Amino acid sequence: MKIILTLLISVWMALPASAVEPSEVLADPALEARAREISADLRCLVCQNQSIDDSDAQLAKDLRLLVRERLVQGETDAQVKEYIVSRYGEFVLLTPPFNSSTYVLWYGPPVFAFMGLIALFIFFRRNRRSPAQVQAQAQTQAQGLSAAEQRRLEALLDHEEVEK
Amino acid sequence: MMARRLLFIIPGVVFCILAIYFAVGLTKDPSQLPSVLINTPVEIFQLPPIKGRDTHGLASTDFVGEVALLNVFGSWCISCKIEHPFLMSLKQTGDVPLHGIDWREPDPDAGPDWLKREGDPYTLVGDDPDSKGAIAFGVTGAPETFVVDKKGIIRYKHVGPMSPEVWKNVIYPLVLSLRAQ
Repeated sequence: MKIILTLLISVWMALPASAVEPSEVLADPALEARAREISADLRCLVCQNQSIDDSDAQLAKDLRLLVRERLVQGETDAQVKEYIVSRYGEFVLLTPPFNSSTYVLWYGPPVFAFMGLIALFIFFRRNRRSPAQVQAQAQTQAQGLSAAEQRRLEALLDHEEVEK
Repeated sequence: MMARRLLFIIPGVVFCILAIYFAVGLTKDPSQLPSVLINTPVEIFQLPPIKGRDTHGLASTDFVGEVALLNVFGSWCISCKIEHPFLMSLKQTGDVPLHGIDWREPDPDAGPDWLKREGDPYTLVGDDPDSKGAIAFGVTGAPETFVVDKKGIIRYKHVGPMSPEVWKNVIYPLVLSLRAQ
């Protein structure tokens, strides 16, 4: 029991903590949940690989408050994001938008994976032996060694002993 | 046979192109973001004045009518202190009005005290404790300096301390050409 509890606590402590301060949290849980979701997808401009939800930077805090303020004013999630994008560019979105400048980004990986699959398919198909080849091999195995092959084998074995 | 050889060469070529592309990307400074606000009008905003100033603070309407500079600063910002003597010399020449956004001061006295100590180069200064003004200009750090034309359209953004070189080679020529428009 103790061990399980210790494990649970250590796993919980290893989760990334959010930077949202108690004073920032909105009274309405539904709005707060939307705010959290939006800010998790907005890049902090100061420490660029964190979301504003994770970042302790002052600017991130002010952006979190701005998101909440706009939600309280009745804006939709998209409108809030649109405003911040209009100030900082699409760079602030941690999920890149799907448009003509990002087609390579979104389509690239599936296209490469598909090309890889095709390459694998061709490779295995080429290596697979034809039924005629399989039959020929089975025949040789059934017949055993021919007299000539037997002599060659013995010669080789003798030779090896001499070398030793 | 030729087609098979190509099959082996193409991945290598693709790899080389990608490697060069990414290598160039690594040499770029990620903190130098291109502003999306160039050639867009200043967003409507209104900031109160900082303590001890009898001017009215700073609002978007202050940017209509003449070419002006906007400098985002803070008493906490070390690069701003480096930049400050240049801003003071700019004030002496009187070449162009310089407005300021006093960004995120730890307390209401910090900004005014700092300007008292270092000198006050600004025509108008707005107090911006919760980044409203800074976000309106898409500011990511201080100092940042913007050139705004007569119609209130942002024309240029300089990130980091302004130097006499930047002023002489980039910003002043731009101010003159915007004025001539």
